[in-house]
Amino acid sequence: MTVLDILKYPDEALKQISQPVESFDEELSTFLANLEETMRAGPGGVGIAAAQVGYFSRIAIVDVSSKPKIKHNGCMILINPEIKTWEGMKVGREGCMSVPDYTGNVIRAEKITLQACNAQGELCDYECEAYEARAVQHELDHLDGLLFLDRLVSRRTDLFKRKKYK
Amino acid sequence: MSEWKMLTLVGQDKPGIVAKITTALFEAGSQLGEASMMRLGGNFTIMLMVKSEQSVEQLNQSIEPVVKEMQLSSSFQSIEASLHQHEIPDTRITVYGADRPGIVAKATSGLLDAGFNIMDLESDVAGDEANPIYIMHIEGLAVHGSEALERAMEQIKINGVHVDVTPIDVMIG
Repeated sequence: MTVLDILKYPDEALKQISQPVESFDEELSTFLANLEETMRAGPGGVGIAAAQVGYFSRIAIVDVSSKPKIKHNGCMILINPEIKTWEGMKVGREGCMSVPDYTGNVIRAEKITLQACNAQGELCDYECEAYEARAVQHELDHLDGLLFLDRLVSRRTDLFKRKKYK
Repeated sequence: MSEWKMLTLVGQDKPGIVAKITTALFEAGSQLGEASMMRLGGNFTIMLMVKSEQSVEQLNQSIEPVVKEMQLSSSFQSIEASLHQHEIPDTRITVYGADRPGIVAKATSGLLDAGFNIMDLESDVAGDEANPIYIMHIEGLAVHGSEALERAMEQIKINGVHVDVTPIDVMIG
């Protein structure tokens, strides 16, 4: 396995829209192994999109299982992913391997459901919340050429915790 | 000596302060680094890292016409500094309550005793003249963990001040 080079902004390639994966072959599984290796090599990296290594196919990997006390789906290989439902909104702090030395606040849905193919091309359904949902939304943005810089909100935005009215 | 200087500037808020100051610095061949600029009590305030081979005196001369024209007060000082030194805060603390003397001193002394390093603090006085509310938003590093912080902040809460300690869980993707 190989740790791939991460594209770093202002490389304009990161703004490119990735194309759907059509063949689930040996080449794909080799790439997935390298992509996962690259994610794990990054400091604190819990997710990666293929676009971050200059491979513009709709592929992302998210694995937040190393974080204590959170709900997660283990290591998710997300190919041609599509978010089906969004629920709630929350401000949280994000950073990105493609934007070193900067973290900023971003509003993301708190809960999402999504469909994506796995490495074998089988369609899978996932429910994600909180930290994992944030990671998935961050990675899927990369597939549409969006960085968290495109979604930054002011540091003051979440001054007060939102009250929940039910 | 470091080439970095810190510009501190304050004056009655009016349109054009940032554009005119930064243009004067650009024309003097300076590079700008990190900055914090905001309106406080009707004044506009700037803290700006400026990289320049010029001396503090020369830099002062570069912005003097703008400073005079806009009735600002400013100073440069040489600093030991470099870029790409960001630390990631791990805790956010929100303090708010009826404004009264000593809130900031008590809260921040409590934080200090609990091993908290303040990296960023913003505060506002809201409400109205009769009933001012103090709102403070702090981010920093809880060197001794969040429990020590929670305990320290309990002391502040006794005075009717609301305190929230929230971990900042940074997602790196």
